[in-house]
Amino acid sequence: MSERNLFAQQRANRRRSALLVVVFVGFFAWIGFGADLILYLQTGATAASGGTAGRYVHTIPFVGMAVSLLALGTAWFSWRRGPKQILWATQASELIQPGAFEEQQLVNVVDEMAIASGLPRPKIWIVPDRDPNAFATGVDERHAHIVVTEGLLKALNRDQLQAVIAHEMAHIQNYDVKLMTLLAALVGVLALISEGVGRSLRHGSFNRRVGGKGGGGKKGGGALVLVLVVVWLVSVLLAPLVSRLLALAVSRKREYLADATAAQFTRNPGALAEALEAIEHAAAPTKLIKNGSAHLCIADPLGRRLTQKQGFVADLLATHPPMAVRIARLKQMAYQYDKTGVLPESV
Amino acid sequence: MLWIVVILLVVVIAWVIGAYNKLIALKGQTVNAWKQIDVQLKRRHDLIPNLVNAVKGAMEFEKETLESVIQARNQAVKIQAGASPTGGVAALAQAEATLGAALSRLNVVVEQYPQLKATGNVAQLQEELTTTENRVAFARQLYNDTATEYNIKQQQFPWNLVTGLARAEPVELWEIEEPGDRDVPSVDLSLKPKA
Repeated sequence: MSERNLFAQQRANRRRSALLVVVFVGFFAWIGFGADLILYLQTGATAASGGTAGRYVHTIPFVGMAVSLLALGTAWFSWRRGPKQILWATQASELIQPGAFEEQQLVNVVDEMAIASGLPRPKIWIVPDRDPNAFATGVDERHAHIVVTEGLLKALNRDQLQAVIAHEMAHIQNYDVKLMTLLAALVGVLALISEGVGRSLRHGSFNRRVGGKGGGGKKGGGALVLVLVVVWLVSVLLAPLVSRLLALAVSRKREYLADATAAQFTRNPGALAEALEAIEHAAAPTKLIKNGSAHLCIADPLGRRLTQKQGFVADLLATHPPMAVRIARLKQMAYQYDKTGVLPESV
Repeated sequence: MLWIVVILLVVVIAWVIGAYNKLIALKGQTVNAWKQIDVQLKRRHDLIPNLVNAVKGAMEFEKETLESVIQARNQAVKIQAGASPTGGVAALAQAEATLGAALSRLNVVVEQYPQLKATGNVAQLQEELTTTENRVAFARQLYNDTATEYNIKQQQFPWNLVTGLARAEPVELWEIEEPGDRDVPSVDLSLKPKA
């Protein structure tokens, strides 16, 4: 583990993203086609045990197809609209023609980091907020956006600003923005489905359709159906919670990696440590950045004290790893880089 | 028996195709990184005449500093034209290092001219110089990282078996060869032009 270098970690991260998407797709399949399976066993069993001819047997997986379509549609929609909506919600305006000295410097720094990372230059946006913060969004490296607050430009010197931009470019290069946009879409779909099932459970329509007829079938088939129904219901109702925790876990892991990649771009881990300290000191909540985009930011914009704590609950619920740990890791990298002239291979 | 031979053959061919493509991709990345250096060097070279014009009037006593910047720039432009990853990188690196040193001397000297400071352009001028130097440095960093990966891959077994097929050849890194450049620089605070 510790011998793996940055590039290997980036590759591992991409594999992990792919795995995550596969897990999500598998879960959608279970929700949709699992319901079909239950319905098939249900209707098929009653038909086999001497049912009248012409009774409905559920052979075509309509539910699965409907869920797949819904998931695809929603995911596609938030894929296309997600980044734009986030930019719109934060009242960001695009920086096209830099006027003030600070804006010119920001454009220069973004250009420099685009060169260091070998990526196309992302679009630059400024949020009129006095709290220092920054985030990146987009769907791929050609359609990426870097957003900074006015407060960030005021609070940081050139090297520190460069470090923060490097951190955001790292999110773009490591496919984090892509994964986060996708993840947000999928979590949204799951919440929608779970909400729908929960509602029909409360109204009792679900019970009549699936649970009520179980007694008529063969004994073995009935028990299997019952187990399937219970497992299916539990997984659907818990899905939003689990997927949200999963998304948070992914987002936390990626902060460390982005810090390390940023150091690889600037070869100056100390500046990022300083920048994080400065941002942490300002620590007023960034009003214009809402819950939905919190996990994208360089520091938790909601002013939650969770990121300052360590421990199980904080580990589970925070969008970001504890600031103190990030700063300590970066300082250690800076120390090793000063001593040896080589960036430490492990993060 | 025949099947085993066929399967082995398929595996080997699949690997050769994969390795060939990997080397070609790395070659492409290296060439791209080199182009980025070219772009940034050109940007630096184009900036210098403007820069010198901007400060010339106020800096009559620094003719020599300005002179050395222009000379280093013209030398670098000449060498850049003939440089490519497989030849002339070291010479270009040397010429650009000389230019960089001349520019940073100019940057220090500019600070000492109150007339320049009064016009308020100094901050912008220095930002322009800083970003120009940073761009060159980061382009160089990306090139060296990419080229190192390319070179290592070519030498590693079993990739070295397909280097001929992919027409891969080792590329030069952007390095200052002179051992003196790695020594601790001597500090001269008198700011007299060097003989």
